[in-house]
Amino acid sequence: MTEYEVVIGLETHIQLNTKTKIFCGCKADSWKAPPNSNICPVCSGLPGVLPVLNKAVVEKGAILAAAMHADIRLISYFDRKNYFYPDLPKGYQITQYDQALGSGGYFEIPMPEGYVRRVRIHKLHLEEDAGKTKNDQGRRLIDFNRCGVPLVEMVTEPDLRSADEAAQYLIRLRQLLRWLGVSEADMEKGHLRCDANVSIRVKGSKKLNTKTEIKNVNSIDAVRNAIASEIERQIKEVNAGRQVQAWTLDWDDETGKMWMMRSKETEADYRYFREPDLLPLQLDEAWVKDLIADLPELPLERRERFVREYGLPIYDADILTGDLPLSTYYESAVQGSPRDPKTVSNWIINDVLRILKDLGISADDLNLTPQYLAAIIKLIDENKINTATGKGLLMKVQETEKAPAQIVEAEGLGLVSDVAAIRAAIQAVIAENPGEVKSFRDGKETLLGWFLGQVMRKTGGKADPKLTRQILVELLRG
Amino acid sequence: MALIDQTATEITQKIKQGELSAVDVLDSALERIRAVDGRPGALDDGIKSLEDEKKVHAFISLTEVRARKQAEEIDRRLQSGIDPGPLAGVPVTIKDIFCVKDTLSTAGSRILANFTAPYTATSAARLEEAGAVLLGKVNLDEFTFGSSSESSAFQPSPRNPWNTAYVPGGSSGGSTASVAANEVPLSLGTDTGGSIRQPAAFCGVVGLKPTYGRVSRYGLIAFGSSLDCPGPIARNVEDAALMLHVIAGPDPKDSTAFERVVPDYQEALKKDISGMRIGLSPDYFNITFPDPKTGELARQEIQEDVKKAVYYAAEVLAGLGAEIVEDVPMPNTAHGIPTYFVISRVEAASNLHRFDGVKYGYRTQKEGRDLNEMYRLSRAEGFGLQPKLRILMGMYVSAAQYSEQYYQRALRVRSLIRGDFEAIFDTHGSYRLDALLTPTTPTTAFKMDAVYGDSLLMQYTDQLTVSANHAGIPGISIPAGLDASGLPIGIQFLAADFREDIILQASYAFEQATKDEAWRKVRPQVLQ
Repeated sequence: MTEYEVVIGLETHIQLNTKTKIFCGCKADSWKAPPNSNICPVCSGLPGVLPVLNKAVVEKGAILAAAMHADIRLISYFDRKNYFYPDLPKGYQITQYDQALGSGGYFEIPMPEGYVRRVRIHKLHLEEDAGKTKNDQGRRLIDFNRCGVPLVEMVTEPDLRSADEAAQYLIRLRQLLRWLGVSEADMEKGHLRCDANVSIRVKGSKKLNTKTEIKNVNSIDAVRNAIASEIERQIKEVNAGRQVQAWTLDWDDETGKMWMMRSKETEADYRYFREPDLLPLQLDEAWVKDLIADLPELPLERRERFVREYGLPIYDADILTGDLPLSTYYESAVQGSPRDPKTVSNWIINDVLRILKDLGISADDLNLTPQYLAAIIKLIDENKINTATGKGLLMKVQETEKAPAQIVEAEGLGLVSDVAAIRAAIQAVIAENPGEVKSFRDGKETLLGWFLGQVMRKTGGKADPKLTRQILVELLRG
Repeated sequence: MALIDQTATEITQKIKQGELSAVDVLDSALERIRAVDGRPGALDDGIKSLEDEKKVHAFISLTEVRARKQAEEIDRRLQSGIDPGPLAGVPVTIKDIFCVKDTLSTAGSRILANFTAPYTATSAARLEEAGAVLLGKVNLDEFTFGSSSESSAFQPSPRNPWNTAYVPGGSSGGSTASVAANEVPLSLGTDTGGSIRQPAAFCGVVGLKPTYGRVSRYGLIAFGSSLDCPGPIARNVEDAALMLHVIAGPDPKDSTAFERVVPDYQEALKKDISGMRIGLSPDYFNITFPDPKTGELARQEIQEDVKKAVYYAAEVLAGLGAEIVEDVPMPNTAHGIPTYFVISRVEAASNLHRFDGVKYGYRTQKEGRDLNEMYRLSRAEGFGLQPKLRILMGMYVSAAQYSEQYYQRALRVRSLIRGDFEAIFDTHGSYRLDALLTPTTPTTAFKMDAVYGDSLLMQYTDQLTVSANHAGIPGISIPAGLDASGLPIGIQFLAADFREDIILQASYAFEQATKDEAWRKVRPQVLQ
């Protein structure tokens, strides 16, 4: 059997989370808006209107380009891509063709297996989205709401080697986009859309064979499944002595089937030319320098630092750098906590994340601030409360927005360290359980734990466990 | 003499002084229109009568109700002591390539015949804000594609008020005809290759193409987006300066409209022109065009009395103290038209993509098999000959396999043409010109139907105007006499970027120096 290598390049369309569209004042986001309710003469292409570039789009695009280590062109251009389609109201799309905002760059993807895949970026440019066409019983319905929504199109070199790698690329891209705050990157809402170019070659070969393009793979699973199924198909074709045709394929997520949209030979000529309605996009060199300097530490860099600086296992570091607010939360909590960073990590991964998930909020929305979390850990560390009380405090702080110490005080949750009170409780337990006392005194010392539990029950869990054990041993031994 | 025979400056002054009311002026304009304009252009024009041949036919739609409301509002404001603006009560016409809210905005095409614009073009809005009364939309070549106004889908097309057997020029022919026939003192036109200056020359009025970006293009239905310039058409230089001042300036809706302060153009008129360096170029006294039969390039001298008018103007200006610099080389002038043929058509084809019968405008009534057939039928039925020719040409020269040979090459030639102007206006160069003085057109107006149908030859009437569009510089055409047949002759001043003040100043000086000449007393045929 011949061994094949898979060659994959991805084209992603990233919807930037600006307030307004790229060339007009309409809101950028039309999620759940009725069709054609978020449009104006400019984005619906009425005669005589002109585009005016939204600066926020340029800034977010440049941030992404910088994060991709791309060169940011100080002068880039917009071009017209001409074609007819009912959801393209001007009959051309304003995009960047040969002199785009970003040039080159790469994105490093750590794979679960431990290796890192460096994916080179072929092109990164700004463009406007088109509308949506819906087929309805032989009619076509058009919704222009999405027209003019700002996009970054990012095209990779064919550097990915498996369906899983492609999926990881998207997972890491989604993480990065949210981290940078440039896109909500919600694939269900179409904020992050993906086309995959797939080909195979004999292992060891450097040749790029005919590829197929899979359109509309708009979830991580869809990317993995569609590519896996296409690889399988191509191998079958080649093994049967046939050639892979340059098709454009449409992935249907529901049936898990691929449909051929068109043969690539009929590819259109888009007659690109410079958009005369927009001036060249000129960036100030100092502005670009500042933008690069102000770039936050990227998730993978931060992950490495967490391992290095806090001695966390990579597993913990990966979770804690899942998003920017969470990683910031972690670092703030570590700073205020008397315990080692790993303990803080455990608290977050085991407890805080659950709260976030239950409430559907992000770490920076918590009333349970990192300072409060650190305070709770400190209370336990200082034997002022026990661990169970500490865990219970998390939700209480979140709900009441009060400081942990204040809640402990108000609700009397503090540990009882009064020797007399503890002694009284122990004496009561001893008096009530003569059989167990006898067994203990006969040598069944493992019963100590049971006695501890009884005392705790009597004190409502508030007895200082260290002190209790000490007095209990003393009294039991007589 | 009717109220409407006065200039915009006179009208607005008298209205502000309470000597006239805006409504009176409007009524005078309407009376003139009823007398000379004939029936407006329409899609189903019926049979042309002999009567039609004697009328101007400037209008497509007369917005009388809207205009009356505006005029009454002006009068009301004046009575309340509010200044209604620098164009208070001046009736103006708008070339029907501009969108004006709630009015038909047809571009002279069947495909937009039913299109009512939901917004107003910036330049038209500025006229309104300045107190002008928008009297209606005037006829033009379909989508501005032409130089005679004959290609409009709305017929009868405009005729030249000086002699209705002749074309008014184009594509702003309705605009210049309405001004020449004293229907209005001002009109808003557009100039992509000469479409303000050429019809201004043919109709004996003043037409100014501003620097590209001086006036916002927002709301102007695009032809060649890198060439299109809205501009004023007026009966004299002072009015043109007044109107330019109103419409010029940056616009948040057009990012190609320059952020640059608008000077007081009327103030510039008063300046002395002594010491002004004005050039004459031999390259503007002949035109080069391909023989329609053989395709061979032939050079031809321009009409003799046009040439004479230019030299006469130079003498007048010299008499006022200007320095005349002869033999200024403009070697790339002859490439203007072929270059324009390519660039304007690539942009036009793309700009016409949006007219697909889906969202607005004309849609075929025939049942198509599919979407593509609906597109094909709607566009085949909705577009006239000129848009179709331009789409074909534009698509061809921008196709991937031809683009380098045609479109990219044309862009390089365009830079050379710009270079010609940069060299002569360079303040440290050999010529250091303030302005170049040229004929506006190679000939005076031609007869109706004489050139129509020959789109190639038609295009060559723009040979002396088109270079300014390539270069983006300002140009003005002003009346400079009448030819042997009594048709107006236009001369052109060109200057460096944003030097509208200079060409207005030179024009005004010439106009004042020749104001008592006999030809200035002659009135257009329709007013006799």
